[in-house]
Amino acid sequence: MAMKQSVGKRAGVTVLAWVVGFLIFFPILWTFLTSFKTELDAIAMPPKFLFFHWTLENYAEVQSRSNYLHFAFNSIALSIGANVIGLLISVPAAWSMAFAPGKRTKDLLMWMLSTKMMPAVGVLVPIYLLFRDLHLLDSLWGIGFVLMMLNLPLLIWMLYTYFKEIPVDILEAARMDGASLLSEILYVLTPMAIPGIASTMLIAIILSWNEAFWTLNLATSNAAPLTAFIASYSAPEGFFWAKLSSASTLAIAPILILGWFSQKQLVRGLTFGAVK
Amino acid sequence: MATQQTTTAGRVLVAPSVILLFAWMIVPLVMTLYFSSLRYSLLDPDSSGFVGLQNYTAFLTDPDFITSLLNTLILVASVLVISVCGGILVALLMDQPVFGQNVLRLMVIAPFFVMPTVSALVWKNLLMNPDSGLFAWIARSLGFSPIVWFTNYPMLSVIIVVSWEWLPFASLILLTALQSLDEEQKEASSLDGAGPISYFGYIVLPHIARAITVVILIETIFLLSVFAEIYVTTSGGPGVATTNIPFLVYKQALLNFDVGSASAGGIVAVVLANIVAIFLMRMVGRNLEG
Repeated sequence: MAMKQSVGKRAGVTVLAWVVGFLIFFPILWTFLTSFKTELDAIAMPPKFLFFHWTLENYAEVQSRSNYLHFAFNSIALSIGANVIGLLISVPAAWSMAFAPGKRTKDLLMWMLSTKMMPAVGVLVPIYLLFRDLHLLDSLWGIGFVLMMLNLPLLIWMLYTYFKEIPVDILEAARMDGASLLSEILYVLTPMAIPGIASTMLIAIILSWNEAFWTLNLATSNAAPLTAFIASYSAPEGFFWAKLSSASTLAIAPILILGWFSQKQLVRGLTFGAVK
Repeated sequence: MATQQTTTAGRVLVAPSVILLFAWMIVPLVMTLYFSSLRYSLLDPDSSGFVGLQNYTAFLTDPDFITSLLNTLILVASVLVISVCGGILVALLMDQPVFGQNVLRLMVIAPFFVMPTVSALVWKNLLMNPDSGLFAWIARSLGFSPIVWFTNYPMLSVIIVVSWEWLPFASLILLTALQSLDEEQKEASSLDGAGPISYFGYIVLPHIARAITVVILIETIFLLSVFAEIYVTTSGGPGVATTNIPFLVYKQALLNFDVGSASAGGIVAVVLANIVAIFLMRMVGRNLEG
């Protein structure tokens, strides 16, 4: 097939693919470039693509004026904390469903998935009121709990599909050798399960980092993560494009890097194993 | 295989997840249902009382509801068409032996990892601003007057931003599906003299049909709940031009403090999402058998 394609056709396809890829990526590239401009250069007409006065002042100013690190810390604490606790709860559940399935395991899994279908607005009002009464509005614990619950079905599902792929024969062999349940878990399952758990964690962190319904509605300042911080730039108080761009670059860079590493697992995670 | 010991252990291990998810789903949902039958305003907490279905009739007959239902459907349908059709084309292109394929793949998938508030503000300002945005410069260079995107075409603008976020998702899933098409099948069809169009129609499309369905269903679940993009760009306006159901419920609850009406709206959103969910669950469930 490849042999039949002429060189010209291949070159054409390559150029076309790169043009399409560049156009899709361009808004991110443009944000990155703008983050190094002065505010005047950022709104200059005609736009300055590469030949402008490169500066780091926006990055410094985003921190000194709006305490960027506070929001970044919240994002890190929320996305890692919520999912570590989520893992502690979901690993045992997925483990037992994968290795000791009962009659109702399949129904249980489907029911867990169905909780993910609940639109957030359906429960916004009671959660908001409950959190208000429990003083959990704008608290890391409250928002962390919500983020954990949002990811819990996904965690269980992803882990379940990974655990399912661990050959059961090995477990039975270990059992024959007289391994106890505990040592079976420690020495046989854990080493085989770690890659799956790691990719699951990666996807979960990405989703929590970018979650922007609950974080916008439940956090105002103390517990506000980067999603809410960036949203504060929507207020029309003149042009702060360079600062918006540097704040945005900082907010998306770590997740972009994580995301690029986890592309393969992403497909499985986001489709609940329906496409692998 | 499951001994008594492992069955009991299994129940204990699954219990925390089940209890938490049950509490997370049922408690707020029951509360929403309950609130939706009350006259309940946070501004006037004393005058609460049972009103039956009045909130629903009020919410459903509110002209803003009809508009936001239509807006929701327009947004979901347009983004689906753009991202699925675009995604098929991008996936076919990425599946070719292209120079620098891996880097290209990273560039195409990147927008999916950008947080919604960032993508919305970057598009609204850096690209679509009618004075200093890049699109305005392109329009002027070509001799047109710049389009005032978010004022004159608010819904189209939101659709463009959301499509940019979801096109990579569709492309990635469909590319994964395409890559599982085996070489023998490709060769057999080219030996049979199949042209590119019949090759696509008879071999490729049936092969990725399942993945397309999955993309449509998953995107629909997320697109029914688009919120942040509207929140930071148009705030549902001008008027209610870009208000969808989630934004309308948010407005009733947290801006107008009308808990009863917002709850009725929330239940409407739940019903809408469930219609889609039933189909998605069937797809995923079928896969569980294998």
